[in-house]
Amino acid sequence: MTENSTETATDAAAGSGANDAERRPRPRAARVAHLTKHYGHGDAAVSALDDVTLNLYAGEFTAIMGPSGSGKSTLMHCAAGLDSVTAGTVTIGDVELTSLREKALTQVRRDRIGFIFQAFNLIPTLTAEENILLPLAIAGRKPDQAWFDQVVTTVGLKDRLSHRPGELSGGQQQRVACARALVSRPEIIFADEPTGNLDSTSGAEVLGFLRRSVDEFGQTIVMVTHDPGAASWTDRVVFLADGKVVDELRRPTPDAVLERMKGLDSRGGAH
Amino acid sequence: MLRASLASLLARKLRLFMSAFAVILGVAFVAGSFIFTDTLGESFTALTKSSAGDVVVRATGANDPEQPAAKPVPASVVAAIADVPGAARADGNVSDFTTFVVSKKNKLIGGQGAPGIAVNHTGGPAAHGVEASRLVKGHWPEQAGEVALDAATAKAAGYLIGEDVRFVSAGSEATFSAKLVGTHEMTGGSMLGASVTVMDTATAQRLFQKGADQFSDAWVTAKPGVSQSELRTQVARVLPAGFEAVTGDKVSEQMATEIQKGLSFITTFLLVFAAVSLVVGTFLIINTFSILVAQRSRELALFRAIGASRRQVSRSVLFEAFVVGLIGSTAGLVAGFGLAQLIRVLFGRFGLDMSGASLVLNPRTIVASYAVGLVVTMVAAWLPARRAGQVPPVAAMRDDAVLREGALRKRIIVGLVLAILGGAAMYLGLVVVDSNELKWLGGGILGVLIGVALISPLVGRPLVSGLGWIYRTVFGVVGTMATQNSLRNPRRTAATASALMIGVALVTLMSIFGSSAKASIDDQIAKDVTADYVVSNAIGQPFSAEIATKVAAVPGVAETARTRWSPVSMSGETEWAQGIDPVAVRAMTAVKTSSGDFAQVGPGAVSISAGTAKDRGLKVGDSIQLGSQGQVLAARVVSIHEEGAMVRSGLVTDLRDLESLGLPDQDSTIYIKRESSATASTVQAGLENALADLPMVTVKDQQAFADEQRKPIDTMLTIIYALLGLAVVIAVLGIVNTLALSVIERTREIGLLRAVGLGRRQLRTMLRLESVVIALLGAALGVLMGLGFGVAIQRALVDEGFDRLVIPWAQLGLFLGLAAVIGVLAAVWPGRRAARVDILRAIATE
Ligand SMILES: Nc1ncnc2c1ncn2[C@@H]1O[C@H](COP(=O)(O)OP(=O)(O)OP(=O)(O)O)[C@@H](O)[C@H]1O
Ligand SMILES: [Mg+2]
Repeated sequence: MTENSTETATDAAAGSGANDAERRPRPRAARVAHLTKHYGHGDAAVSALDDVTLNLYAGEFTAIMGPSGSGKSTLMHCAAGLDSVTAGTVTIGDVELTSLREKALTQVRRDRIGFIFQAFNLIPTLTAEENILLPLAIAGRKPDQAWFDQVVTTVGLKDRLSHRPGELSGGQQQRVACARALVSRPEIIFADEPTGNLDSTSGAEVLGFLRRSVDEFGQTIVMVTHDPGAASWTDRVVFLADGKVVDELRRPTPDAVLERMKGLDSRGGAH
Repeated sequence: MLRASLASLLARKLRLFMSAFAVILGVAFVAGSFIFTDTLGESFTALTKSSAGDVVVRATGANDPEQPAAKPVPASVVAAIADVPGAARADGNVSDFTTFVVSKKNKLIGGQGAPGIAVNHTGGPAAHGVEASRLVKGHWPEQAGEVALDAATAKAAGYLIGEDVRFVSAGSEATFSAKLVGTHEMTGGSMLGASVTVMDTATAQRLFQKGADQFSDAWVTAKPGVSQSELRTQVARVLPAGFEAVTGDKVSEQMATEIQKGLSFITTFLLVFAAVSLVVGTFLIINTFSILVAQRSRELALFRAIGASRRQVSRSVLFEAFVVGLIGSTAGLVAGFGLAQLIRVLFGRFGLDMSGASLVLNPRTIVASYAVGLVVTMVAAWLPARRAGQVPPVAAMRDDAVLREGALRKRIIVGLVLAILGGAAMYLGLVVVDSNELKWLGGGILGVLIGVALISPLVGRPLVSGLGWIYRTVFGVVGTMATQNSLRNPRRTAATASALMIGVALVTLMSIFGSSAKASIDDQIAKDVTADYVVSNAIGQPFSAEIATKVAAVPGVAETARTRWSPVSMSGETEWAQGIDPVAVRAMTAVKTSSGDFAQVGPGAVSISAGTAKDRGLKVGDSIQLGSQGQVLAARVVSIHEEGAMVRSGLVTDLRDLESLGLPDQDSTIYIKRESSATASTVQAGLENALADLPMVTVKDQQAFADEQRKPIDTMLTIIYALLGLAVVIAVLGIVNTLALSVIERTREIGLLRAVGLGRRQLRTMLRLESVVIALLGAALGVLMGLGFGVAIQRALVDEGFDRLVIPWAQLGLFLGLAAVIGVLAAVWPGRRAARVDILRAIATE
């Protein structure tokens, strides 16, 4: 499968949304084009991403999967403007990130992008509420009270708002992180293994919440995960191997995902 | 385990450096003080070695350094001792300590405490055949009108060989000049700012021995093979009564001891600052290790999880402390050299010029530096090490492992007890005890400072919260986070602030002390001195009585009142006597007495201060004995006075009594009243004109006189400020250190903040705000405590003429303002580091 065919397939899949009664045609929320990322120089150079092109559509919940070391985190970091790229472009909405300077990049992250990391998402000195409002506060923007209440109710943290992270469970902490990512209504949320540290119940809480924010608020989310179960909460799974997009699956089920993953692993083994 | 901690230590060189940093600063101060005082002592010792012959003959009891002019040794005695069998030669020395060179620019060279030495050239060597001084250029003076100067003074004054040098002197001629025929260099090395003028014997005798063929003392040089003590015995046999022969070694030793005594003030002074900086340093070290342990809590927990015992974990921290202490002490010792050099330059500014001496490193300094560095570091690391042992293994699993700070209660109790004990010691020192007052006071102040430092997490909270409110309002979430970060480790914030607090408290104390002292002096002068002009020597040297005669002759001068100062023995103990012209002095000042009548002071009738009366158990009507160099005079106490600006000694005598005791005819101050009909400016011009060629003395009106009296206070304050400034610098570096370490500690948090959109500038603002909290907290506490100390000390000293309390509010406000600036500056480097944090790496940091 060539990269070109991947792109065509992706676009076709997006277009096919029009046939679906429940789905409106989706605008593109973000696009990475011909993204290449090398670490190190000369002989020691590692190619983490190799000419990746990928469109991410608004209001869609996308999972990125692949074997360890396949470049998932690197893709996220580059797409989110946290890391520089070796070649290629990243566009969030209508802004081309790769040409931005540090200051503008910080603003884009603050205003257009939300983050959820695997761990250590919260500032320990701030309360849950302050953590949730942090990106807005940094930007000096007023929170939309109704929206804030809605988000908080959805994540089920209403009575935990004045607690510090140290007083919250891991699942609750991740939900606070989700709320924080949502509350500034970013154009896109990147989540790198947000449930990696959680047991299945807490994981399900977080995934359920992400799902609802896509369904109810039309949020765009991209999530890296290793767990086929987690991937089955999403609309679309993109498979990476050796820094390349190798496959893609719509409306995934755990079994289907597992099937594809096996295929990838055997391919990885062939290397 | 040890290897693991060594590896971890080396893996984080920055951490190692920063924790060693606090040690370096503390040790540098101790080493610097020692090196400086040793250097000072050494240069004097070298000097004393070349300042005595094999055997010295002098008037009995003349080794009291406070006795200015000993009974002279007649030429006949010198001739007699030259004939003893063991003597190669004997030379009579004439020496004077009040002869100063006037530079080409009409400025007095030297002064500021260093004597202007004048001696005759004899050619006689000092003990053990050492030449007392070496000719550099030209030749030694051979006849009247020729002089040789030490090369440094000649250069400073701008005189070349062959030129005429002008002198002012308290000798029989107030001014004279002579041709420079040679320059020389003292064998003993640095002269510490003193000038040494060499002249021929006849001239020296004319100027300093009233023209008689007599000497200050005599040096006898031993024939080869004759020991000092043999020669001494032989010389002693031929000496008339009233003279003694002393071996050169003993004289040098006596001189050295006297000098050490005189210098002990400086040594104590510097060691006090070393102690202050060590206390400050200890705070920083404790702080640093607490932070390090907190940072490493995950690593330590991992050790525990894989089976290390508590003891092993504690020991690994102590081991780290040992390594840090060792490195810190070594670097501190090196830094101490730099500091000693700095202090030397500083003291040089105020007249103690030691540029000729090289820095001395005694084994004692090395031992003290390592002892202090290692002990302080280990002790400071002990508490954090114990806490490290208590890290639960489970902390390794937790992501947000926080080492819980223990309850503050124990600390607060200890702090309170210390502060109360310190307060009690201060009270004892100020009010109750009569001896060792300064030790009680100093110990008390230290106790209070440390006590308050311990409770500062508590007392500082309102201030931090108050600032927090302002921050939140002005800086929004960045302000909130800054406040929260300051409150997150109250001990850390408090300890860092305490280091600054100590310096600021002492600076505040000194500034209150200084401004109160100056105001008290002004008050006293305004109240007491009705004289219109004062003639005095800017550097406190006595001047020839000839000057008083000149002054009295100026038209418009109604009255002159001479006073002079001299140490005399009063019933066996030395006392500084103020000799006055009673009638003239009474015309210019109203002396308050508690009993007796000051008007009766005259020959054989003295007045003593209430303090002297109490110390000596004397009352009006008692008889006393005044003595100087064997001369004795009976006197009676006729009044008990209060000290004022003009009459300000514990013992006031008639000038004529001092003359009868054979003390030199030299005045210290002349107070002048003008005729009511004369105009002020004309009289002043007349006086200035009369004294124009006498740069040694100056005429001042009352205002200028008050300024001059205040000047020594300013000089002292400047030195103290400069040294305290170093303590403040240590504290500021402590803030930098703490902030930088906490930036490292919070790398992940900073990465996260940056990831969610915190700009670099906002990040720097946050750190700056944190830094300002610490600095302001320290300064505010320091100013408060300094205020307390200053008021307490002034209150306690009201009886000693320290009757005005002046609080320099503007200056205190300035300290707070400066603290804020310091806070901003201290955050520059940590802020830069934080801004450079690589977001991705930060997020990945384990
Ligand atoms: N900072 C770096 N320096 C050098 N190589 C790196 C760096 N970060 C990642 N790599 C390499 O790039 C490749 C992709 O790494 P990446 O972290 O994106 O993998 P991943 O798919 O997220 O893996 P995992 O599922 O284990 O998290 C790997 O081979 C990795 O070793
Ligand atoms: Mg990854």
